[in-house]
Amino acid sequence: MNIIVCIKQVPDSAQVKIDPQTGSLIRAGVPSILNPHDHFALEKALAIKARTGAKVTVLSMGPDQAIAVLRLALALGADEGVLLSDPTFAGADTWATAYTLAHAVKKIATYDLILCGQMAIDGDTAQTGPEMAYHLNIPQITFCESVDSDGQQVIVKKLIEGGHQIMEADLPVLITMTMPIDYAPKYPSFLAAHQAQEKPISIWKAGDLEADSHKLGLEGSPTRVSRIFPPAGRAKGEMITGTAEEMAAKFVEILKKESFIK
Amino acid sequence: MIQVSEKCVGCGKCVSTCPFGALSLVNKKATASSACTMCGACVSVCPVKALSLPATATASQNDLSAFKGVWVFVEIGDDGKTQKVRSVSLELLSKGRELADQLGEELCAVVMGQGIVKFMAEISSYGADKIYAVNGPAYRDYNTAAYANAMITLINKYKPSAILYPSTYVGRDLAPRVAAQLFSGLTADCTNLSVADGLLISTRPAFGGNILADIKCPDFRPQMATVRPNVFKKAVTRPGTMAKIISEPIAIPTEAGKVRIVSKQFDEVTELEKLDEAEVVVAGGRGMKDAAGFAVLDELAAQLGGAVGASRAAIDMGLQPKEKQIGQSGVNIAAKLYIAAGISGAVQHTVGVEHSDVIIGINKDANASIFNICKYGFVGDARTLLPKVVDGIKKAKGK
Repeated sequence: MNIIVCIKQVPDSAQVKIDPQTGSLIRAGVPSILNPHDHFALEKALAIKARTGAKVTVLSMGPDQAIAVLRLALALGADEGVLLSDPTFAGADTWATAYTLAHAVKKIATYDLILCGQMAIDGDTAQTGPEMAYHLNIPQITFCESVDSDGQQVIVKKLIEGGHQIMEADLPVLITMTMPIDYAPKYPSFLAAHQAQEKPISIWKAGDLEADSHKLGLEGSPTRVSRIFPPAGRAKGEMITGTAEEMAAKFVEILKKESFIK
Repeated sequence: MIQVSEKCVGCGKCVSTCPFGALSLVNKKATASSACTMCGACVSVCPVKALSLPATATASQNDLSAFKGVWVFVEIGDDGKTQKVRSVSLELLSKGRELADQLGEELCAVVMGQGIVKFMAEISSYGADKIYAVNGPAYRDYNTAAYANAMITLINKYKPSAILYPSTYVGRDLAPRVAAQLFSGLTADCTNLSVADGLLISTRPAFGGNILADIKCPDFRPQMATVRPNVFKKAVTRPGTMAKIISEPIAIPTEAGKVRIVSKQFDEVTELEKLDEAEVVVAGGRGMKDAAGFAVLDELAAQLGGAVGASRAAIDMGLQPKEKQIGQSGVNIAAKLYIAAGISGAVQHTVGVEHSDVIIGINKDANASIFNICKYGFVGDARTLLPKVVDGIKKAKGK
């Protein structure tokens, strides 16, 4: 059985600060991490590998430094890595990203199961997984909390509004994984990281893919940012200061005035 | 990367706008580094129009004139007992009606399911001119292949200009599958939708920062967006009228059988449902510090008959379970009263609560951004203030 896990390097949102003047992220000096939903998906793939002996390939698109998340994945137990890195890929929205990743999967050729995190925490779209599944002409199941496979079928627990459902699917299939809130990513030992240095990572450029060059990067992206701006907010309301006692009295008065205490 | 023409006057506006810190002034000219993602955020702020994205060949060769009308994908909800039109679909019909009027085009609903005829009057009353109904037992449960095939069939036949989908587990599974096949733009979890120059403008928080972006899809159709519940208000605009119903029998593709539902389980009544329907919501953030801080919020909520929620920061600190998260990445609310205690007010949070009628904020920092959306702002420590408020409410009720 062959599993491909799609992963992305993202800024560590816990350590990101926001510029109070412009509202934009201060990225300088912020460490990059493996997107936690992807980290969770990778651990699920490695659990299937432990039971079935599946081969796990990790695939990422990003700048050259994104190789760090592939090294991490290999140290955790993945077998091979592929990095898609080319200036041609820049400016890609989810459509072009999914198209590019799907063509890398086609080049890898042998796969039964593709696992993705439900979304990257720096974009929050949850679109790339399903869009990839379309380009590969395979089914998808999104927002799954668990996944298991015997090499013939896959069985998942998927979130739905107000509950969950158990689903099964024939292979090949693409599954997007939702990490639990208390998820604590595992990290490799120094020894495992050292030993993983031997594992192969391929770096592919646009020319390595049998893709339509008009559908990569900015040119393959139907969406455009037309402007960015800080949130407007409402007209600033009444500000109340004073001692805790004064403010509490005012608070209760407001609740009465607005008819929340009758 | 972004292209800078000779027109650049070195004013530096683009430098502070760039969400990626990729622009700097070199010899008084804007210069992009390899960190540039070509997001295009800087293009609109340049006062002399010196910045541009590289020209692309595919664009503007498409004939877009055949595409007309605003569509809403109306999702039928199912709690295991009864089926009903999901409220978020009605919210989208209400917003869709506004957009269609501005464009001078039709508003159409697309509904799939079994026994959906009973929903036609309700859908009509929220402003639909036409309803495309795909009815049949095979459409009772959501199936990606079946629903995507039906959407694509309808889109190819009727050519809508824009489609809005609820950002639910179903909408977020369906919309990207459709967008991929059509080679058209899809914007996720929009917090506002508007029309400019005949184009749909989709607004969403962007780049993880405290900032919003307008996204458009100028050269491809349909223009598509997903929207979370409680972002728009629902409004019955056409009471008692009936839309034109167009029944569309569409066969199920064989691929639909590749994915099967084994079993379904619904939670009894989730915290999530309580929060998004609650009239009063009390939420705590990082400033509540610990379990004792949240115990005060529980008491306050009990006094006001409300539900308790939390900001992403408080959830990340483990103070509350994930289903209590309020904001764009959790539950959006539209309460009569929302009390934000010790919450600084990141944009992901404020866009998810700003449709509440009365918002009261409590924060030690008088400059906290939460105060920008508050009717009443209390500058102080919520942990000290709120126990006194609870006592005050008890006394007031006792009178």
